Amino acid sequence: MTSSGFTPEFRPNFRVMLVDLSRGKGEVVAFPDRAKWVGGSGLAAGLFAAYGVPDAPWDDPRQPLIFAIGPLTGFFPLMSKTVCAFKSPYHDQYAESHAGGRSALSLFFAGVDALVIVGRAERPVVVSLGHRRLQVSDAHFLWGADVFTTGKRLRKLQVGGSGHRSIWRIGPAGENKLAYACINVDTYRHFGRLGSGAVMGAKNLKAILVQGDGDFALPPGKEYARLFQKIFTDMTATDMMSKYHSLGTAVNLKGLDEIKSLPWRNLQATSDAGIEGITGQKFADDTLLRNAACAGCPVGCIHIGFVREKFQTENRYLYRQVAYDYEPIFATGTMLGVTDAFKVLAIMDQVEKYGLDVMSAGVALAWATEAFQKGLISEKETLVPLSFGDAEGYKQAIYHLSHAANEFYRILGQGALVAGKHYHGEDFACVLGQEMAGYATGEAFFVAESLGFRHSHLDTGAYAMDQKSKEKDVVKTVDFLVKDERERIMTTSMVACLFARGVYKEEVMKEALRSVGDGPIADNWDAASFALHKARWKCRFDTGYDPLSISIPKRFTEVVTWKGGIDTVYMEELRQAYAKALTGLGTEPKAEA
Amino acid sequence: MKVLRPVSMDRCIGCHSCSLACARLVHGNLSWNTAGIRVGSAGGLSTGFEATVCVACAHPACAEACPTGAMAPRKQGGVMHKKSKCINCGQCAKACPVDAIYMDAGMRPFVCIHCGRCVPFCPHECLELRPLGGDDTEDAA
Repeated sequence: MTSSGFTPEFRPNFRVMLVDLSRGKGEVVAFPDRAKWVGGSGLAAGLFAAYGVPDAPWDDPRQPLIFAIGPLTGFFPLMSKTVCAFKSPYHDQYAESHAGGRSALSLFFAGVDALVIVGRAERPVVVSLGHRRLQVSDAHFLWGADVFTTGKRLRKLQVGGSGHRSIWRIGPAGENKLAYACINVDTYRHFGRLGSGAVMGAKNLKAILVQGDGDFALPPGKEYARLFQKIFTDMTATDMMSKYHSLGTAVNLKGLDEIKSLPWRNLQATSDAGIEGITGQKFADDTLLRNAACAGCPVGCIHIGFVREKFQTENRYLYRQVAYDYEPIFATGTMLGVTDAFKVLAIMDQVEKYGLDVMSAGVALAWATEAFQKGLISEKETLVPLSFGDAEGYKQAIYHLSHAANEFYRILGQGALVAGKHYHGEDFACVLGQEMAGYATGEAFFVAESLGFRHSHLDTGAYAMDQKSKEKDVVKTVDFLVKDERERIMTTSMVACLFARGVYKEEVMKEALRSVGDGPIADNWDAASFALHKARWKCRFDTGYDPLSISIPKRFTEVVTWKGGIDTVYMEELRQAYAKALTGLGTEPKAEA
Repeated sequence: MKVLRPVSMDRCIGCHSCSLACARLVHGNLSWNTAGIRVGSAGGLSTGFEATVCVACAHPACAEACPTGAMAPRKQGGVMHKKSKCINCGQCAKACPVDAIYMDAGMRPFVCIHCGRCVPFCPHECLELRPLGGDDTEDAA
C-alpha cells in the first residue's frame, strides 16, 4: 500500500500532481492544509490562489487548469464528482465546472487529491496519469478529431485498465477555443460549463487519461465499515433517490411546463402543448436503452437513449447512444422548439461529437433563430436557414459553430449576449451570467443565476424557492441564497453528487470524515464553510468580477409564470441586494474615510 | 455448494459497487482492482460492461501452473489461495484463460473465493450465487 493524500504520512497536506506542459514534466507537491481547504471547491480555490495569475488573461500559459477531488472520494458512495477550476474564456474570470463519470475515483486511485496543469505544450499532447505513471506524450495526430474518434483512438493508444480509467478529451470546439467548449468525460459526462474545453485547447492539451491503478489500506477501526453500510443502505433502500433512478432528471420537463416555467423557443413562452413529445416518460418509453452510473454510485442516474438514422435509401441505418438529462432536453428541445424525442437526441449527439456545452450551444442557437426570424441576421451569416423545430438545420449549425466557420459563428461562440450586442439583439439573449439553465421560474432564479458563482442552477436552490412561494422578501431571499450557497460549498468540497444531499447532511459528512481520519476537517466545519465561501468568491473578484455589471436582459422581464408576470421592481431590488452581499463576501471591507 | 455467476451483466451500470465491496470486505483494501470481481467495458462505455471473475472451471489452469501449491482447487469449485505458500511469481495469473486473477504491485494474486459478499451490493441483481455445475444462463432459476 502506497501513499496518497489520505494516508497519515501525507497529512495534514494534500497530495497534488503539478504538471508543466511547457517542460513536459510534473512534480508531486505537498499542498497545505486539509483542515483549511477541505477538498473539491475549497481545494480548487486554494490552488488557484497559489498558482493562478489573476491579472493575466485566461489563455496565458501560466494559468492553471485544476482538477480536485474531496476527502471522502473513494471512501463512500456518491462521492463521485470532480471539481474543475480555471480562468474562464467566457468572462475571463475564475470559474468552476463539475463532472462525474469515473473521473473522481480514477484520480483517487491514481493517488492524488488534485491534478494541476500549467504551461502550454509546443504541439498537441495527451497527459497520462496513474499511480506510478506520469507521461506527457505527442498527440498531434488527434488534433482535429471529434470527441468520439478521439475516445476510440485513445483507448487503443493505451491498452489495458478498462473500467478503471477516466478519459477526458476535447473536440473541435475546444481546439477552436469557443467560450463554451466542454471537456468530455468518459463519453457521457462533462465538465460542461464556462469553457474548460477551450482552456485545454489553449494549452494544446487534447486529452487527459487518468488510470486508477493504486490500492490503499482501509481506515483503521470498525466505524468506517459501519458507516459505509449505513450510507449505502440509505442511498439504495429508501425512495430518496428514486427520482434519479427512474425517469431521471428528465422527469422535471412535464412539471415545469405545467407551472409555466419551462423556457420554449428562446423563452418566448413558458408552456407548450408540444411537451407531450419530450416528457421524461416519453424519453423512457421510446428512446431509453439503458442506464449507467458514475463510479462509486449505485443509483445510476445516467439515462442513455439512442439515435437511429437512415443514411442510404436501401434500408441502411446507423445508430448511436446518447445520454440525456433535463438540461440537454431543455436546451436542444424546448428552447429550439424541437418536440420529437429522437430529433432532440440527434441534436444532442451532434453537440457531443464536437465538444460543446450543450446548454450554452442550445440557448445560443435559440437566440440565433429568433435573430434570423427578425431579420437581424440572414443565411449569409448562419450558412443554413434556422427555424424553430428544424433539427436538421440545427445539426448543421452546430458543426459550423464548433468549427468557428465564419465571423458570425466565431462571435456566437463567445456567447449569445456577445452576439446579441454585435447584431443588435441583446434584449432577447437568454443569458443569466451565461446561457440560462432551464428554469423560467421567476425573479429569485433570474437574479441567482445571473450573479451566482457558477451561473448555474446548482449554485443555490433559487429555482425551488420560486416554485414554492409567491413571497417577495428581499432580505429573506438574499439570506437564503447566501446560506444555501455556503452549505453547498461544503458538499462540493467533499465532493458529493448534489443529488445525494438528502443523505449527506452535515452531521453525516462529519461522521464520515472522522471515520476516515479527517477529524480535523469535521472539527473545523463551521469556520471552514465561512472561510471557503469567502475564498472562492475572492478568486472570482480578484479576477475582475463586478456583479452589478451583469444585467438581466429584457426577455426575462416579459416572462409569465404560474405566479403571473415578472415584478421588475422586486427583481431589481433583489439584484442590487444580492450583488451587495456577494461583494461583501469576495472583497475586503474598505477602510472608513 | 454455490459459485458466483455474473449472469445478468446486460443490466450492469458500471458503478463498481461489487468490486469495491469485495476489496473492502474480503481483502481489507480500498480498491477496485484487488478484488475477486472487476468490472470493465469491452471498448468504451457504449459497449456496456463485463465482469471479470473466476469461472470455477473443472481443471483450473492457475492451480496447475502454480509451482508451490499455493493456488489449489477447492472441492466446492474455484480455487483457494494460500498466502503462506505463495512466492508471488504470477504464474497463476498468466495461466488463467479468462484473466480472472489480478496481480497487485507487490505481485500478490487476488481471485474470487465465491463467498457472495459482493452480491447484495449490486443494485441491478447482475450477480448470483448458483450451484456448481448447474445451468448458468441468465434465464435459469
